[in-house]
Amino acid sequence: MRPEVALPILLPLLSGAISLLFWRSRPMQRFIAVSGNIGLLVVSVWLFIATLSDDYITMQMGGWPAPFGITLIADMLSAVMVLMTAIIGLAIGIYSLATTGRGHEKFGYYPLMHLLLAGVAGGFLTGDIFNLYVWFEVMLVSSFALLILGGERPQMEGAIKYVTLNLLASVIFLTAIGLTYGTVGTLNMADIALRFDEVEHQGMLEVLAVMYMIAFGIKAAAFPLFFWLPASYHTPPVAVSALFAGLLTKVGVYALFRVFTLLFDQSMGYVQTILLWGAGFTMVTGVLGAAAQYEFRRILSFHIVSQIGYMILGLALYTPLAIAGGVFAVVHNIVVKTNLFLISGITHRLQGTYQLKKMGGLYRERPWLAVAFFISAFSLAGIPPLSGFFAKFVIVRAGIEAGAYVITAVALGVSLITLYSMVKIWNEVFWKSLPDDNEVPEETTPAGDDGRLVKPSLWMMYLPVVILALFSLLIGVFAEPVMQVMNHIGEQLFHPAGYIEAVLGEVAQSAAGEASP
Amino acid sequence: MEPLMAIGIGLLYATAIFLMLRRSIVKLVIGLMLLSNAANLLIFTTAGMTRGAPPLIPKGMTAPIGEVADPLPQAVVLTAIVIAFGVLAFAVVLIRRAYEIVKADDLDKMKDTDT
Repeated sequence: MRPEVALPILLPLLSGAISLLFWRSRPMQRFIAVSGNIGLLVVSVWLFIATLSDDYITMQMGGWPAPFGITLIADMLSAVMVLMTAIIGLAIGIYSLATTGRGHEKFGYYPLMHLLLAGVAGGFLTGDIFNLYVWFEVMLVSSFALLILGGERPQMEGAIKYVTLNLLASVIFLTAIGLTYGTVGTLNMADIALRFDEVEHQGMLEVLAVMYMIAFGIKAAAFPLFFWLPASYHTPPVAVSALFAGLLTKVGVYALFRVFTLLFDQSMGYVQTILLWGAGFTMVTGVLGAAAQYEFRRILSFHIVSQIGYMILGLALYTPLAIAGGVFAVVHNIVVKTNLFLISGITHRLQGTYQLKKMGGLYRERPWLAVAFFISAFSLAGIPPLSGFFAKFVIVRAGIEAGAYVITAVALGVSLITLYSMVKIWNEVFWKSLPDDNEVPEETTPAGDDGRLVKPSLWMMYLPVVILALFSLLIGVFAEPVMQVMNHIGEQLFHPAGYIEAVLGEVAQSAAGEASP
Repeated sequence: MEPLMAIGIGLLYATAIFLMLRRSIVKLVIGLMLLSNAANLLIFTTAGMTRGAPPLIPKGMTAPIGEVADPLPQAVVLTAIVIAFGVLAFAVVLIRRAYEIVKADDLDKMKDTDT
């Protein structure tokens, strides 16, 4: 019985439920939003420390032994992802206090936020493929509702694309689960991995691999399946954008990492080729799309797509070092991308627009905000000694060691264009002087407000930004211990035998040889 | 029975994808409905169909006698139906709101966020 595996799921569910009970009490919901997420951070740190000493922590739900019940399992990767979820959750929780209008708070902003976090954490911790689908849906339904809070026209248009493509991905995932069950008669991921080795018709496995790749590729916004992301991520309130940008696509990436290291390790050949091409095109199209944009959040949305390419590249190269680099990129990107979105929210509060052309002069007005942006943006572009540099360094090194020179060159070139986009934002928002035609509002109220002026509590917006910027800096400065954790993840994912044994135990090793039930 | 089901499910998938490719948002949502039904039927069928053999264990025994239907896909399908129901309820409300705001049942009129 290891409660730390279940707590990161239960706690946000509980916070969401309590938050729902206080439907009419705004102060209570705001209190739970912060305290609940602090609690989530505490249990995530507990889980992380626990996985440092014991490699795998498992828990069988309801006491049903492994392939029959639902297994929760935390390996190093799950623990790190849950920890990042908790950090982002807390940052967003604090930031939302200042940016969420009363109209949004009245319609359940905070309960939805908690449920979204529960869905994300559940996806990271489950060891059962159908359960993964269920957590995906928990996350998706919460994100649908968050996306349309406020109900403005761009939100509706973005939401229709977001909902349709994500539901399509879910159905493809569900179909793949059905076919997997029909092929091997089990839903436990470790058990599936064992039984896939014995399947006679390898053609069936190839079909399944491609179906999983498409389903998670849509959710991770990989080329050519990413169109829903830049169409929708810039429409909701900025705290929601930041939450989505940090976490949602990363759950898709996590699922890709899990499925293509655990389930399909033996047939990586052609899958690897598709992933490699996909990664290259994802990087290039994302960054070129961003270069053409002049809306703050749209630029950042396209860069999410571009950065997904680096993560998938880490998986596609498929060496322990490359996987470690890919996970490093995920961790780095969660912090930095969320922070850039949060900064875009502050600049919007200060200048009343997201259009770069109409902004300016913020370096003189808010030098520390400029520093926070500088750190995050240059980290995204991969300038040493920030976190992004080490993520890219590891991937590039793994690429050169694997002899994949072309894709490595593409990755380096994309870094340069990323720098171009970031410098563009820097020039337009911070460096150039404010254009004459922009009348900066004295006090902008949060969107969806019921007419009463809310005192702009900027410190609540600054606090998460400063913490996340420092965090990005710290990952860069203490890259050595972080890299040790990443290498450990790489080894664990590359050798899934430990995972399978942790889930199924001794019993399964002997049962694996017998015929299916 | 299985070949018949397979053809039926294939037709459902095809119809759903066809509807989703239309420009009308109402047809889009009907397509999504058919798609999730098709996936549920597929899970039901791939697990193997067994007639008239409920997975019940007789009194005093620990395992059912003879060949029985697999209860797990039924549980899975039941969960999937509930999820699909909730999500589709949301989708229906969404297209209603979208129609009120955009005043058109046409996906081509919803390009404001793409530029």
